[in-house]
Amino acid sequence: MPTLRFNMALLQISEPGLSTAPHQHRLAVGIDLGTTNSLVATVRNGISVVLNDEHGRAMLPSVVRYAADGHVAVGESAQAAQSDDPVNTIVSAKRFMGRGLADIGDTSRLPYRFVEVPALGETGQGGMVQLRTVAGAKSPVEVSAEILKVLRARAEAALGGELVGAVITVPAYFDDAQRQATKDAAKLAGLNVLRLLNEPTAAAIAYGLDNASEGVYAVYDLGGGTFDISVLRLSRGVFEVLSANGDSALGGDDFDQRIHCWLLEKNQLSALSPQDTRLLLTLARAAKEQLTEHEEARITAVLSSGEVIDNLLTQDEFESLSKNLIQRTLQPLRRALRDAKLSVTDVKGVVMVGGATRMPQVQHAVGEFFGQTPLTNLDPDKVVALGAAIQANLLAGNRSSDEWLLLDVIPLSLGLETMGGLVEKIIPRNSTIPTARAQEFTTYKDGQTAMSLHVVQGERELVSDCRSLAKFELRGIPAMVAGAARIRVTFQVDADGLLNVAAREMGCGVEAAIVVKPSYGLSDAEITRMLQDSTQHAQDDMQARALREHQVEANQLLEAVGHALEQDGMLLEAEQRARIETQMRVLRDVLPLTDQRELKRAISALNETTVSFAQARMDKSVSLALSGKNISDLEVK
Amino acid sequence: MGVTLSEAAAKHVQNFIAKRGKGIGLRIGVRTSGCSGMAYKLEFADVAESDDLQFVSHDVTVLVDPKSLPYIEGMELDYAREGLNEGFQFNNPNVKDACGCGESFQV
Repeated sequence: MPTLRFNMALLQISEPGLSTAPHQHRLAVGIDLGTTNSLVATVRNGISVVLNDEHGRAMLPSVVRYAADGHVAVGESAQAAQSDDPVNTIVSAKRFMGRGLADIGDTSRLPYRFVEVPALGETGQGGMVQLRTVAGAKSPVEVSAEILKVLRARAEAALGGELVGAVITVPAYFDDAQRQATKDAAKLAGLNVLRLLNEPTAAAIAYGLDNASEGVYAVYDLGGGTFDISVLRLSRGVFEVLSANGDSALGGDDFDQRIHCWLLEKNQLSALSPQDTRLLLTLARAAKEQLTEHEEARITAVLSSGEVIDNLLTQDEFESLSKNLIQRTLQPLRRALRDAKLSVTDVKGVVMVGGATRMPQVQHAVGEFFGQTPLTNLDPDKVVALGAAIQANLLAGNRSSDEWLLLDVIPLSLGLETMGGLVEKIIPRNSTIPTARAQEFTTYKDGQTAMSLHVVQGERELVSDCRSLAKFELRGIPAMVAGAARIRVTFQVDADGLLNVAAREMGCGVEAAIVVKPSYGLSDAEITRMLQDSTQHAQDDMQARALREHQVEANQLLEAVGHALEQDGMLLEAEQRARIETQMRVLRDVLPLTDQRELKRAISALNETTVSFAQARMDKSVSLALSGKNISDLEVK
Repeated sequence: MGVTLSEAAAKHVQNFIAKRGKGIGLRIGVRTSGCSGMAYKLEFADVAESDDLQFVSHDVTVLVDPKSLPYIEGMELDYAREGLNEGFQFNNPNVKDACGCGESFQV
């Protein structure tokens, strides 16, 4: 008889009566908290399925309406009120997650009454924006929480029990502030976040498990409000994100906008009421969806002014309207490939995610770019939720074997300010997370007992061109000569992309650490700009870096020589001393200039002048060390 | 027959009881629960119930309630290390099927 081997759990002894209950199949869900629509999925009998509401609808419109009596409507019913009550009906709240008013940019086209929240604490950065509704000011976190609450209730009703936790997806481009805001929303909705997962990565899980073929894949995710491109490598069941790029201010909504603008132009309309704007946007969306399967779409409406709109939009016309939107997705695509050091021909398959990828012109453009037909065999609206559910099931411990690892990447490099305002990158961008890197630093001055650490994010060489994340101090460093202290700085990014920085003096063990609190406010445009700047300014940066390094060197030299003169000036003859002082003056004069060559020359000139002085000091210290000792003591035994 | 402990398991149980500072032994049982029907109960024992069955293995007293015994008769409790985790493991000849996580089983 064959022996059956079961997977055995390792148990610990409990106090009497307190044996832990084993899981009753731990209920865990994956949630795609989308800009336009949100979904919840779970793994049932080993298969990931999207959970429908009582009307059989999978997608919950990410729309929340606040009523004066405190009632909150979410989803279809809220969406239906968009035209009538645009001010209190919040759509696409995800765009405002973790954002200050300044980050949002042009708000004139949005029907909301924004409330700027004063800066938080000492960071000096603006708080997250809020929206004024009849029920009071609401933050995007609260709005998102309402959506999550509905999905949680839906899941608990469908699964018949309380959820252990959820995996919630976020665009790959979300920074710390936006990720933290998403976590906060989940907490507010009573959900335990098992992990935040990048949307394209979730889609890859959904596809990767079904197709499980090795190679490099690109995930092209054009959702309602965000565009993400990820280049992933699948090998032996392990996903690795090679690079991620995108534009989180571009999505299907923008295509609606184009049609909306086209309507305004066609009918010579200007300054519509919020109701009319909503109405036309809703119609524009319907037309866009119709054009996926039909050659043309008719748009008819009666505006509040009584004006009648009746236009026919053809697929060709729509294609030319949206041409530059699609072009805008191709640039991040090239960048992602470049970051991954791959060319188009290395890509084995292209996964399409997001409802907007149903548009024929999008599929066509992507197919043309990669020279192959993109994969569309899973519902592009559901793949992200399905993948998240698989991950949630795994994290909840419902699967024990056949485990795969999942690697996400950080979008911008993380580093530390060093002397002269230079950035020392500790974790390069596109590093897979979770990750931890450490580097040793030292003191700059003799007797330095504290060190200020400035954590920055960005690709540029100078601190002033990067984003400041946090500052903290390591105190209690034992006084030593410059360069003798060994300070180990560890950067740790957890699986959710949140950063922990710790500094430790290796000699005496003093420590300081900081969790990088989300500082709301790096806009997508900024991320994109920072990335672009870094490539455009690579040359300038190299020069600036070299200049700064020379300046630092010059300062150190001046200080050292000054110190030596003070201590051992008597070793010098007047003429010798004057020569050194002249060279010091020369160096001091060229220091503020930006002429690198001149600076270098002055440094070596001072170095040369002080050679004999250094020799004399050396002789002195040797004779000091030897004084009082009998020569026989120095004999080698 | 009854229930036995491996030498490693007995040593660890004695250590745990010593650290805890009280306890007359170990209580092992089963209860209906979990995704595969039944789950083990592994607790310190402070008092013996009147109908408890007692076994002594490597100087450790094991208490089993009579209802549980049929499911774990002949079982050996072992102590094992798997990767970073250490803990007790049930080598139960009665188990016919277990759930993926191993915390729950069928007989």
